[in-house]
This record gives sequence, C-alpha cells and structure tokens, in this order.
Amino acid sequence: MEDVIKLHYVVPGDDFTRAGAASGDVKRTLKQLGISPAVIRNVSIAMYEGEINMVIHAGGGEIDVEITENGIKMALADKGPGIANVELAMKEGYSTAPDNIRNLGFGAGMGLPNIKKYTDDFRIETAVGVGTTLFLNVNIQ
Amino acid sequence: MSILFHSVRLDAEKCQGCTNCIKRCPTEAIRVRNKKAYIISDRCIDCGECIRVCPHHAKYAVSEHFNELVKYRYRIALPAPALYGQFNNLENVDYVLTGLKKMGFDDVVEVSKGAEILSSATREMFESGELKKPVISSACPAVVRLIRTRFPNLLGNLLPTCAPIDLAAKIAREKARKETDYSDEEIGVFFITPCPAKRTAISNPLCHENYGISGAIAIKDIYPVLVQTMDKLKTDEIENINDSGIIGVGWASSGGEAAGLLKERYLAADGIENVINVLEELENEKLNDLDFIELNCCTGGCVGGVLTVENPYVAKARLQRLRKFMPVSCNRLDDYFTIDDLGWTKELTASPAMKLADNVITAMRMMSRLREIESSLPGLDCGICGAPSCRALADDIVRGYAQETDCVLHNIQVGGKDDWLPAPFRMKVQNEESGDKNDS
Ligand SMILES: Nc1ncnc2c1ncn2[C@@H]1O[C@H](COP(=O)(O)OP(=O)(O)O)[C@@H](O)[C@H]1O
Ligand code: SF4
Ligand code: SF4
Ligand SMILES: [Mg+2]
Repeated sequence: MEDVIKLHYVVPGDDFTRAGAASGDVKRTLKQLGISPAVIRNVSIAMYEGEINMVIHAGGGEIDVEITENGIKMALADKGPGIANVELAMKEGYSTAPDNIRNLGFGAGMGLPNIKKYTDDFRIETAVGVGTTLFLNVNIQ
Repeated sequence: MSILFHSVRLDAEKCQGCTNCIKRCPTEAIRVRNKKAYIISDRCIDCGECIRVCPHHAKYAVSEHFNELVKYRYRIALPAPALYGQFNNLENVDYVLTGLKKMGFDDVVEVSKGAEILSSATREMFESGELKKPVISSACPAVVRLIRTRFPNLLGNLLPTCAPIDLAAKIAREKARKETDYSDEEIGVFFITPCPAKRTAISNPLCHENYGISGAIAIKDIYPVLVQTMDKLKTDEIENINDSGIIGVGWASSGGEAAGLLKERYLAADGIENVINVLEELENEKLNDLDFIELNCCTGGCVGGVLTVENPYVAKARLQRLRKFMPVSCNRLDDYFTIDDLGWTKELTASPAMKLADNVITAMRMMSRLREIESSLPGLDCGICGAPSCRALADDIVRGYAQETDCVLHNIQVGGKDDWLPAPFRMKVQNEESGDKNDS
C-alpha cells in the first residue's frame, strides 16, 4: 500500500489576518518530512495564493492535501461566485479585487498565474454562482 | 544528538519547572520533564529569549570572566558598538575605549570598524550583481541559525560574508603581530558582547573558522568596573582611539546595517517574532522587490541584547546623539582586505533538527502517527506535559521522547453534555436556580 498523508483544512472567509494558516501548516509538515526546499516552495506559494483567493474572492472554502512520496496533490474548493472568464482571470495583472483589499497589499492579479507557474498540474473547475475548485499537483522529482 | 557548544544553558538547581520558557522558544527547543527544563541542543539557536522570560533566573549565558585576561600576555578588547549606548551623558567614545585600556587591555579595536569595512564590501558585492536578492543580513548569528533550522529554503539569500567582529579580530591580530613580539598564543582577543548568540558563534562558527577570537565578555559583566574606571579618567588621559563613524556605530541598532548600504529598497525587522514573520513572507516570495533585509533577533537590534544593561530604546537614543559628532565612515574595504578575505569558507547547510527522519517514507509514517496522536490530544497547548504545544508533544511521542500518558488530560472521558463542569455549574442546576429566582 502506498503511504499517503491526508490533510484537511477549513478556510474561514472573513479573516485576512489569519489567511495563510493552512498553507503554513502544510509547509511546516513538508519541512518535517525532509521534502526538498524547491518542492516546498512551489507547494507553499501555490497553496498560499489559492488560500488567499478563497478568502478575498469566495468567502472561504475547504482544502484537501494529499502527500505521497511522488508528490503533493491539493484540491481547493469554494462555494463562491465562480469565475466567468477563466482565460481573463489567468492573465497576469488581471484582478477584480476592490480598493480596500488592494490597500492591504493583495490583488496584484498575480495569484492564478503564479499558481500555474509553481505547479506541475493545474486544473480549474468553476461555474458562476456555484463555486470554484482548483486541482493542483506538485511532483517530487 | 550531537553535543554542540551553546552559550545559553540551564541551571537545573534554580529551575522550578514552571514551563514559562517553553512557549517562548522560537525553535521549540525546550522541554520540561520531571519538573526540570532541558534544552534540545540541536535546536537551540542561542537567541536568549528563555533567559529573558525565566522568572527564576535559571537560564543563563556562558561568557568569559574578566579574570581570563591573566592567561594572556597581551590583551585586546573588541567592543561591540552597542557598548557605547550603555552610558549616560557620554559625548566621546574615546572615554569608553580609554576606559577599557585602563581596565587592563593593551589594545582596543572597535567592532564598528569591521562593520564599516563590511558595509563597504557589501556595497561592492551588490554592484557586481553576484548576490541573490533579497539579500538577508548574516550579522545576527541567531538569525542565521533560525534560518538553517526553520527556513532552510532561504539559506541561499544570506549574505555570504563573515561578521564585523571577525574582521575586527583579523585587524587586531595583524596589528599585534606587527607591533609586539608576542606569539599568537600569548595574545588574547576578547569581544565585548551584547548577547549569547555571538559568544556561541565564536566557539562554533558555522560558515568559516574562528579568526582568532579568544572569548567574549558580557557587556553587563564589564559594565560596573568600566563605569568606575571611566569616572576616574582625567580629560588629558583620554586617548585618541575611536576610528569609526556613523555607519559603523549605526550597526548597533536595527536598521543601521541596511542604512550603511545606501540603498532604498530595504527592510529592517527586529525582535524574534517580527523576524519570523518576515521570514515567512520571504518564503512565500512576498518580498521579492526588496534588495536587502536586515534581521535582528533582539528588539531594537544589538542594543537589545540580553547581556546589555540599558533599555534598547534609551541606548538607541544615546547612540543617535553620539553619532552626530562623528564622520560618516572611517574605513573602506580596500584599506584592509579584498572581497575574498571575508567570504565563507564552509558551506552553510540546513539543520536537520526538525526533520522526523532521514528517509522520506519513514518520516511520512511518523507524520501520519503524529497527526493521529495530535488529534487525540485536547488541543489546549497548556504546556503541563512540558512540551510547548499538543503538536510538539505528538512530535516528541513519535520520536520516542515522550508518551501519551504525559498529557494530564489523557483518557479523561467527558460523559454528558456538561459533565465536565463542577456540579454547581451544570445546566440542570442553573435552570433550577434561575427557576427559583423567578419564583421569588
Ligand atoms: N476562488 C475564486 N473565486 C472567484 N473568483 C476568483 C477566485 N480566484 C480568482 N478569482 C478571480 O480571478 C481574478 C484573478 O485572480 P488572481 O490572479 O489571484 O489575482 P488577485 O487575487 O490578485 O485579484 C481575481 O481578481 C478574481 O476576479
Ligand atoms: S522558565 Fe523554564 S528554566 Fe525558568 S524555572 Fe521555569 S521551567 Fe525552569
Ligand atoms: S536560547 Fe533561544 S533557541 Fe535556545 S533554548 Fe533559549 S529560547 Fe530556545
Ligand atoms: Mg489572488
């Protein structure tokens, strides 16, 4: 049987100051496993961006992470507004974040492009009014 | 676990096992077992937080006693610039430096001199474009150790140079070789230190060999005698020793090193919690637009070192006043060294202290168990078991250092909805009582 570590996180939708707790915990877990720094960096940046998006665009959500010796799989699911035009949302610098959020230093429009950049597999399922789920995979080796 | 030199130690006799220290340790290096604390050597970064927080003064820093000087024929003091901020109404650094000589040192070389050389070298390294940005200062040994223990991903961003104290020691030894006939063994070079981390770095330098520093005397230990000596100095006795300026002395407080680079895109954070927050952000690549990041484990920078006597903010204000009368800088790299003289000679590697196992599969199995145990613990992080958090206890258990029964709430079953409350506080009773009230 393949060894797998399953982690589950509930991301609250109303607290920016605590956003990043889930990706922080995954980062800590991976460090303790002795996973290489490059893999840890990719996982934590991609997951952090996804987590922040859940908070600022979708009112929170849930994250499932599966760690095996071959890689880290993440599923980030929310029941937010969904994304009408994924191609546009994926453009560097595109953001619908309101001013008050930009003032906090978020909303540079680099989240989704970076998530794609730092992962080996990237899939997005979204429907307007239903929600968004990101399926991410970072390979080890 | 390897036994490394650490300046920070525990006096088991004084320790009351109160657990005040365990949560303040940034690397979760302290455990209390059998009513006594102990420090996990591999994890300790010698930051001194536990010394600050222990109400029983059971944590202390090992440094050299002034008596050590008698072992040497020729003695040199290397005062940290933080020392200058410890005196009231000081207008001239030469009072301090002359005072040190009167106390028994044959020569004094300011660490701020080394700092100015390093500032000049770092500016050159920036220009040649060989540094990985944002560059993280490597001057605080506790920060370097924190990074190798908790943020190994950032090792490549550390400024790969030795510290100001190393350069001061090199200069001091070179000068003594020229000016005296003593052999290297007869010459004692002592750093006047604000903190235990720098004492540890002398015995256990991570990135290069020791540049001839014999030991370190704590500012707080030398202070009482030095003040008395300075008080007795007559104006015409004051020697002209001070040979560093605003940039070098500025290194004593947070932001000083960064300011010496003459760059705008920098950040300076001080205090262990702020430092950790910045490193987290850096790891998430949130600070990529910065050139330089100065981090000091102590609040206010070295003036806040646990071995100083004065409040860091007061010391900083005094230094600002002192610096007003100084030139900008008195030392440049080319006056003494080339870039190659101050680089690292050993590779700085990640510390394995937090890893569960060398083999990933083994580590994963341990992690699965750790998670399972953690979820069975109450999640109160009360510290009564002697570990800083329930997670840390779970971690200790999978490593074989602790048992589930160490948790005082282990196996306490909560029966009914509010059975855990003492009888008078249970719902039933309360309802009856409020009923009584309504009746009357
Ligand atoms: N989980 C989500 N739910 C709804 N909309 C989203 C979600 N994630 C991203 N978006 C949309 O995609 C845009 C681009 O996202 P991103 O690249 O992360 O930039 P930013 O978050 O800085 O706006 C967002 O402004 C938002 O309109
Ligand atoms: S704070 Fe730590 S070292 Fe000090 S008495 Fe309490 S348990 Fe012992
Ligand atoms: S000196 Fe710092 S790292 Fe070492 S045990 Fe004390 S608090 Fe922990
Ligand atoms: Mg985003």
